[in-house]
Amino acid sequence: MMIEARGLVRTFKTRRGPVEAVQGVDLAVADGEIVGFLGPNGAGKTTTMRMLATLIQPTSGTATVAGCDLAKDPVGVRRRIGYVPQSGSTLPEAIAGDEVVDHARLYGVPKAEAAARGQRLFEELDLPGLWRRQCKTLSGGQRRRLDIVMGLIHEPKLIFLDEPTTGLDPQARANLWEHIRGLRARGATIFITTHYLDEADALCDRILVIDQGKIVGSGTPEELKQQVSGDGVRLDLADAANAPAVSKIVAELDGAVAIEADGATVNFRIPRGGSVLPGLLRSIDAQGIELEGVEVHRPTLDDVFLTMTGRSLRDEEATA
Amino acid sequence: MTVLRETWIVFNRAMRLSLRNPMWSILMLSQPLMYLFLFGPLLKPITAQISEGATTNAYQVFIPGLIVQLGMFGAMFVGFGLIAEYRAGVIEADRVTPASRMALMAGRVLRDVVVLVAQSALLLVAAIPLGLRAPWKGVLLSLVIVALLGATFASLSYSVALITKSEDALAPLLNGIAMPLLLLSGILLPMQIGPTWLQRLSDISPLKHVVNGVRAMFRGEVASSPALWGLFWVVLLTVVGLTVGARTFKKESA
Repeated sequence: MMIEARGLVRTFKTRRGPVEAVQGVDLAVADGEIVGFLGPNGAGKTTTMRMLATLIQPTSGTATVAGCDLAKDPVGVRRRIGYVPQSGSTLPEAIAGDEVVDHARLYGVPKAEAAARGQRLFEELDLPGLWRRQCKTLSGGQRRRLDIVMGLIHEPKLIFLDEPTTGLDPQARANLWEHIRGLRARGATIFITTHYLDEADALCDRILVIDQGKIVGSGTPEELKQQVSGDGVRLDLADAANAPAVSKIVAELDGAVAIEADGATVNFRIPRGGSVLPGLLRSIDAQGIELEGVEVHRPTLDDVFLTMTGRSLRDEEATA
Repeated sequence: MTVLRETWIVFNRAMRLSLRNPMWSILMLSQPLMYLFLFGPLLKPITAQISEGATTNAYQVFIPGLIVQLGMFGAMFVGFGLIAEYRAGVIEADRVTPASRMALMAGRVLRDVVVLVAQSALLLVAAIPLGLRAPWKGVLLSLVIVALLGATFASLSYSVALITKSEDALAPLLNGIAMPLLLLSGILLPMQIGPTWLQRLSDISPLKHVVNGVRAMFRGEVASSPALWGLFWVVLLTVVGLTVGARTFKKESA
C-alpha cells in the first residue's frame, strides 16, 4: 500500500469554536493507482491531503505514507513524496529553472543532475525554451506544469496533486490530463483532489467521495455510477399542459423512478433508458402528444454525488 | 553537515533574488544616507554637548546610531518579502522538502545580514569625507554588532510575518514597535543630554545599551564597560530572536 490512513481527524480552532474539517478519514491507496479525492469546496479534501503530505499534523489518527509513518518519520515521507499545491510553488520574480534547481537541491540532488533532470522535465511537460524565463511571464497552464516539474524533480514514487486544473482553459486541462496519465506510466502513484467530475471520471482508477469531512463513497467511476439507479431521461414537450399525462405514462414503465415534471420538461431515471425509449415514444404518440426533444444520459459522477449526499456538486460550486 | 548545506542553498537563492531586484536594498540604504547628509551637519555646532570624553567629532557619535538604526530597520521589514513568498506558495514548497526548518529560516536571515553589512560599510565610507574618523578595530566590531542585530530583527520579522500572513497586520505592528524603539535608543541624539526621567525610561531599551556600546567602540574603547554591555545585550537579543524565529518556522502553522 502506498497510503494507508486510519481515523484521520483534523480540528481547526476558530473564533466561533473548533471546526472539524476532517472527521475520521480511513483510506488506502495501492501502488501505481491514480486515486481521485472528489468533493465540493470545503469538504476536507485539501486538509486531508496536507496531513498526508506532512504540512499539517492530524489532530488524531495514524497514517503510513510511501512506507514511512507520518508521525514518527515525517522527513522520510517528505523524501518520498511530491506535492503540487493549489497555490503554486515559485516566486513570480524568480527564474523558472533556478527555482527548479534550488528545489531539487533541498532534496539533496546535486546541482548538475538537478539541471539535467529539470530540463528533461521541461521538454516532457511542454515547456521548451522557458528554462531561463521569469515565472511571472508564463501562462496559467505553463505555471501549473512548472509546479508539476517542481513536484517531480526528486523523482518521488507518490505524487499529490491538489486541484491541478483549477483556472485552466479546456485545452490546457485536457493537455494536463495527458501529462498526469504519463506520470502513472512511469510507475508513480497519484493522489489527486478535484471538484470537477469530468476530471475524476477521465483520470482516476478509483474515486473517494468526501463530503463534510467524511468519506461517503468509494469505487471505480463505473462502480460508483452503477450505484445510481439507471440512466437519466429527459422529455421536452411542446405543451406544458401535457406534462401530467406524460408523467402518468412514464409512471407505468417498469423501474421508472424520480419522475419530476418541471414546466414542459419531464425527467426520470430508469435502467437501460435507451431500450425503453421506442415503446415510450409510441405510447406518447398514441395519445397525440407532441414531443420537441428526447435525451438519455448515462449517470454522471454528479448524479453519484447527488445520490450519496442529497446535494448536487454543481450547486456547491455555484454557491462556493 | 546537512543543515549548513541546506542553509547555503536557501541563502544562495535568496541572495540571487535580492541581486536581481536591488531596488529594495538601495531604497533601504537611502534612508540612513539622507540622515547622514541632511541631519548630520546639524550636529556639528553641538558636538561638545553630545560627546562623551575626548571626542570632538560629531560623526563619531552620530554614525554608530545610524548603523544600529540600519541594522534594526533594514531587517525589520524583511517580513514583507516573506509574505510575498508565502502568497506565491514558496514557503509551502520549501516545507514539503526534507530540508531542516532551521535552514529555511537561517538561509534567508543570512542573506539579510550580508545585505545589511554591505549597506553599513557603504554608509561608513560615505561618512569619511564628512569627517568621520574612528579606529578600525572599533569599526569592525561594530559591523559584527550590525550583523547580529540584523539577524535578530530579521528572524523576529519573519516570525511575525509567518504568524500574521498579512501585510495589513504586519505594517502597523512594525511601525508601532519601531517608533518607540527608535526614540528610546538614543539613535539620533545620545540619551545623556535628556532629562533624568527620559534617561531612566530609555534604560529599559536594550538597544540604547547597544548604541552606547557602538559609540564606545567608535571612540576606540573596545574593552570598556559600555562596549561590553552593548555586546552582551546584542548577543542576548540574537539568541532570543533566532530561537523565536526557528520555533515559528518549525511550528505547523508556519
